[in-house]
Amino acid sequence: MSGGGEALREPWESLRRQREAAGFGMWLFLNSEALLFGGLITAFFATRFFHLEAFQAAGREAEVVYGTVNTLVLLTSSLTMAVASHATRAELRRLSFWSLGLTLALGLVFLGLKIMEWRSDLEKNMFPGPGFPMEQPGAALFWGFYWVLTSLHGLHMIGGLGTVGFLTWEAARGKRPLRSPAFEAAGLYWHLIDVVWIFLYPLIYLQGRTSS
Amino acid sequence: MSGHSLGEGDPKTLRAMLWRTVPVWVALIALALSSCALAYVPMGGFNMAVSLAIAAAKMVLVGVFFMHLRRPDPLLRLSGGAWLLWIGFLLAMVFADQATRAPISQPAHTENASQRPTDPAGMPSF
Repeated sequence: MSGGGEALREPWESLRRQREAAGFGMWLFLNSEALLFGGLITAFFATRFFHLEAFQAAGREAEVVYGTVNTLVLLTSSLTMAVASHATRAELRRLSFWSLGLTLALGLVFLGLKIMEWRSDLEKNMFPGPGFPMEQPGAALFWGFYWVLTSLHGLHMIGGLGTVGFLTWEAARGKRPLRSPAFEAAGLYWHLIDVVWIFLYPLIYLQGRTSS
Repeated sequence: MSGHSLGEGDPKTLRAMLWRTVPVWVALIALALSSCALAYVPMGGFNMAVSLAIAAAKMVLVGVFFMHLRRPDPLLRLSGGAWLLWIGFLLAMVFADQATRAPISQPAHTENASQRPTDPAGMPSF
């Protein structure tokens, strides 16, 4: 047993039950997240249906290199988070901290690249409004979706970093046992951020790449 | 081994953990790179469909292997799949409406921005 008190909390009678409850609660929350992003993505496709050419032209302006590298970074952070989830459960202390630390680092790399990408977009004036360089009205709609979707996803990333960072800090201070189901629940949330990005990637970056 | 945890066969060593996770990651990276490459291959109107199919495959891999839906726990599997039903309703309703509405009530599918009026800020008016 690692230090940091009991993993089992009231009112559960076994860690198995507590783990299942933590997973269930997190899944309920993830369902609401799926509907939030699912609603926005549906709106994206409903709009794209009427502005196909404009969406493809606008999508070609998105920074595909940033998008692709960030996809690889986020998929790798899911790997380290999955290892962290196993390692905390098996109470392998060093491996737990290494994998949690790597997950946090990759999350920060993602956000850093995202900020660089946003800066480059703003330099090109790709914010709908005065000075927006594309003529087709659908292009402004695409970039409206771009800013809403990527910033909302970025906020989730900050939330994920905060949660995983807090749990790691608690474990390092000996206030939370590694067996705590919270690590696995935080892992579920982290993977959701990844899954959302998995869908944003083709929507934003792979649009209309065949014609130039 | 207490037997008090879900998924009793969970890996206990680094080697077992990597064996469980790295192949999934390799598949995810391969799918991501192939979806990027395929986006540049002309496929008529099917490019977006192919990218979305690859995205769905990646989601299944993450869900089943990283989010533990592989574990035989009906409660977690149900709660992990419930959103599919709701999103299914949403998509079905939205696209049934779009596909069947009379064309007269919709904007033209092809656009010619120069013929559209714009407001003083330069934004197109709808």
